[in-house]
Amino acid sequence: MGNADADHPVRAGRLPSWVINLFLIVLVAIAWPLSRLFDSQIDPYFLDLIIRIGIAIILAVSLNLINGITGQFSLGHAGFMAMGAYTCGVIAKHHAITGGASVPFFLGVTLLSGVVGALAGLLIGIPTLRLRGDYLAIATLGFGEIIYVVLTKIRSIGGCEVGGAAGLHDIPTFTNFFWVFAWGMICIVFIWRLVYSAKGKAFYAIREDEIAAAAMGVDTTFYKVTAFVIGAFFAGVAGALAATWSGNLAPGSFRFMRSVEIVVMVVLGGSGSITGSILAAAVLTWLPEQLRAVEQWRMVIYSLLLIVMMLVRPEGLLGRRELWWTRRRAIPRATATVAPP
Amino acid sequence: MQITAKTLLALLLIVVTPLGCKHKPGGGSGNDIIVGEYGSMTGTEATFGQSTDEGIQLATDQVNQAGGLLGKQVKIIARDDQGSQDQAVSVVKELINREHAVAILGEVASTNSLAGGQVCEKAKVPMISPSSTNPKVTQGKQFVYRVCFTDDFQAKGDADFVSRRGWKNVAVLTAADSDYSNGLATFFKEEFKSHGSVVADEEYRKDDRDFKPQLTRIKAASPDVVYVPGYYTQVINILKQARELGLTVPFVGGDGWDSEATLKAPQADGCFFSNHYSPDEPRLEVQEFVKAYRAKFNKIPDAMAVTGYDAARVLFDAIKRAGSIDPIAISDAIAQTKNFPGASGTITVDAQHNARKPIVMLEIRGGKTTIADTIPPQ
Amino acid sequence: MQLLVQQVINGLSIGAVYALIALGYTMVYGVLRLINFAHGDVYMVGAVIAFFLATWFQRLGLPVWVNLSLVFLGAAMGCAALGFIIERFAYRPLRNRPRLVSLITAIGVSLFLENLFQQKMVFGARPRQFPPLIETRTAISFHVGHSPVAVNITNLDVINFVLVIALMIVLSWVVLRTRTGLALRAVSYRFDTAALMGINTDRIIAFTFMLGSALAAVAGVIDAMRYQVDPLMGLVAGLKAFVAAVIGGIGSIPGAVLGGLLMGLIESLLRGVILPSDYSGYADGAAFLALILILLFRPSGILGKYAPEKV
Repeated sequence: MGNADADHPVRAGRLPSWVINLFLIVLVAIAWPLSRLFDSQIDPYFLDLIIRIGIAIILAVSLNLINGITGQFSLGHAGFMAMGAYTCGVIAKHHAITGGASVPFFLGVTLLSGVVGALAGLLIGIPTLRLRGDYLAIATLGFGEIIYVVLTKIRSIGGCEVGGAAGLHDIPTFTNFFWVFAWGMICIVFIWRLVYSAKGKAFYAIREDEIAAAAMGVDTTFYKVTAFVIGAFFAGVAGALAATWSGNLAPGSFRFMRSVEIVVMVVLGGSGSITGSILAAAVLTWLPEQLRAVEQWRMVIYSLLLIVMMLVRPEGLLGRRELWWTRRRAIPRATATVAPP
Repeated sequence: MQITAKTLLALLLIVVTPLGCKHKPGGGSGNDIIVGEYGSMTGTEATFGQSTDEGIQLATDQVNQAGGLLGKQVKIIARDDQGSQDQAVSVVKELINREHAVAILGEVASTNSLAGGQVCEKAKVPMISPSSTNPKVTQGKQFVYRVCFTDDFQAKGDADFVSRRGWKNVAVLTAADSDYSNGLATFFKEEFKSHGSVVADEEYRKDDRDFKPQLTRIKAASPDVVYVPGYYTQVINILKQARELGLTVPFVGGDGWDSEATLKAPQADGCFFSNHYSPDEPRLEVQEFVKAYRAKFNKIPDAMAVTGYDAARVLFDAIKRAGSIDPIAISDAIAQTKNFPGASGTITVDAQHNARKPIVMLEIRGGKTTIADTIPPQ
Repeated sequence: MQLLVQQVINGLSIGAVYALIALGYTMVYGVLRLINFAHGDVYMVGAVIAFFLATWFQRLGLPVWVNLSLVFLGAAMGCAALGFIIERFAYRPLRNRPRLVSLITAIGVSLFLENLFQQKMVFGARPRQFPPLIETRTAISFHVGHSPVAVNITNLDVINFVLVIALMIVLSWVVLRTRTGLALRAVSYRFDTAALMGINTDRIIAFTFMLGSALAAVAGVIDAMRYQVDPLMGLVAGLKAFVAAVIGGIGSIPGAVLGGLLMGLIESLLRGVILPSDYSGYADGAAFLALILILLFRPSGILGKYAPEKV
């Protein structure tokens, strides 16, 4: 992806990429001691909010690759998240009984959770990506519901507790600020580099016009499945982080309303804008917490705010721009905005 | 003029910040004793959270009218977790760290109590669950208590009752995705093995509204009795549809059945359910509670209301005996609760932090309940 | 055999409810290409309005059929008004935007209605029993072969089924034979071209929304009588009806009915015949699996027209 600099206007005349890389690595390195500090100094409620925002960011950015950037309407993101969360939860709980916990172990389990998510993405993606628009949405939604039904029924796999309807509890809590921050950075940087590389144009091309993209020689199936698998991988990772942060898992947390929540983040942030997704994930996680004081009217106000936000900024908070782009640099909007026949 | 993202965000901040700031000060100091409560005030399980909340409100009003505790007024801060355990975790963290609650009351659903209990355990703040019956809720926990019996005890009571009535063939209808229902059904089937046989074992899901496919199969198995450990929100529909299909045998269930709506349903006539108490019991505590509750909320209290009321009263009693609002001292005092005259029976907290309490088996007849049987604590 | 017949009847009876909700879904989708997420909640509002009206009328002591028609009429009119308001303020300003944007406002409206009706001063979170306007009783009872157990069909099942078929015919007639229907079809092809032909697209779309919402209300009343009224009843019913509409071929009126009935049949047969007893909890998962398979083989639904991609 080294030749991307000349290819995209954003990079031209900016810092050389090694400087940015070094900066990112230093940032992640700082997060380690910072995380220790947070654990002892910040009040657990606030830390909980920060971690949940972090996990929401990973989910929103990864879904943005599928939904916003490639234009494939998926309602199954919570299902992929569940795959990762349960992989990690079951292994971590079983392992905690038989042995201790260590950093390489946790890294391994999180990676595995991501891989399981990605495999599910591949399995679901290859057949269903032949479907378009709402039909794809229904198929992925069905997948999410199937995962939920199966999870409520399975009590154990090969001697490892899964929990069934009661859920899995007392999972060792490995996750801290560092892990969420590090995985968040990996997710954002990976997807950023991917979509703003020369090859990454293919994802946008599919969203704008699949037939035209295919005519230009883009292997649409390959790119759609790629987007699906990468998105599902990070959803799995986010699930693993969530499981080992709260220490509890219940099948009900991964039903279609969870998927809908993530879709809302992507659209509200601006479909296709990565920084937009980050911003929206933070706002939509933080907002309901701030409304706790109004008690039972909380969700009424929240839903009204959601409608108003979409009416005021239909293109999302950032539209198709990234946070620091000027309007001129934005990728031009497709001309045909009238509903297609 | 185009409204930019920045202005919108700024606007949002202005709208929301005052709401957010309101509750930041607070704390256990001053003239109030802060007690946190979490439960599902909205969502599919809202009716249980709301009933519990009403019970707690009543207990709090009573204690405050009588002069409060340790010379201070009790203030309940209730939070809605929407019936989700992720929310339960956040909400309990907020109650402990932001509101500085000295103790926590909640939840109804065992999954949520398990999630919230883990937070309380870490923060060393006592939590009393009014009505979570899964044995795991208090297992190995130092700071988590409950004022109700557990699934295994209740299911055993149900199974014994069914066999004492001479019913040999039982059909079981379970809510597959409900922890409560699964718990009762599993223990029931295990216990009943030695008394008779399970002729049909069907499942439904919490958000189902139509149960005829399962009921048709149950009818085909011609059982003597049907055991439905579910919540009344579905049980009434189940009973209605069973009668429509011509399945006329009695149904038996657990405390999830208890509500005015179940009693009023004509289809429930002649059915039985095990409960924490009966509103028609002549015991003084019961009659006083029912009277006060009716005066305040204008309805008959259900199982969740009475356990909520008792949970709050056990907590207040413990605070009084501890003589301080130090969470650890309160926790120790709760552990020593003995023969507390609760509305739902005499409560003694045992070494496993469960309440030793009798079960009453109620029969529904003409919109009222009568005690058909009482099962003493083991 | 008796079991199978009863299960098929159970399936058709559940399916008729899905079909009724799916009809409204498909009307709106056919014109706007919008997944009206709030449709299930409009159906809930219909049930709630009916609940209040029925409670009130019962005290007046009018004859049953007057009560019943007033309840249906009131609920349908209330929901049509609600549909108009939703369309005017939440969807119309976003009509020329990508569809995903209207989907988010639709979700917003859905959350708003659900949470508003959970408020104690509006309806409250507790499910309530519908006042018994018509006594549910067995309308038809027959024996299959020599089975001693009778197969039962209730009067509400019959009413529901007749209503679905009647509404399907009426709607098809409106869409295919009236001038408004012609305009409706023109709008569904292309907004701007239809506008050039002198069609008031705003009015046609508002009309579709009101019609769809009134249909939702009818489904809501039927459902409230059969089961109960609760503020979250639209969540799952809406979801299943949407799936039914997609399976049948979204935008197609007979497709919605077919999809709904098929969905009910699949569910009922999985639960009551195909899956072994203690696996009946898997039925919903299996139903979704069946639906995904149907979609893979018929990507536009059973009666949906296959729209070839044009350059």
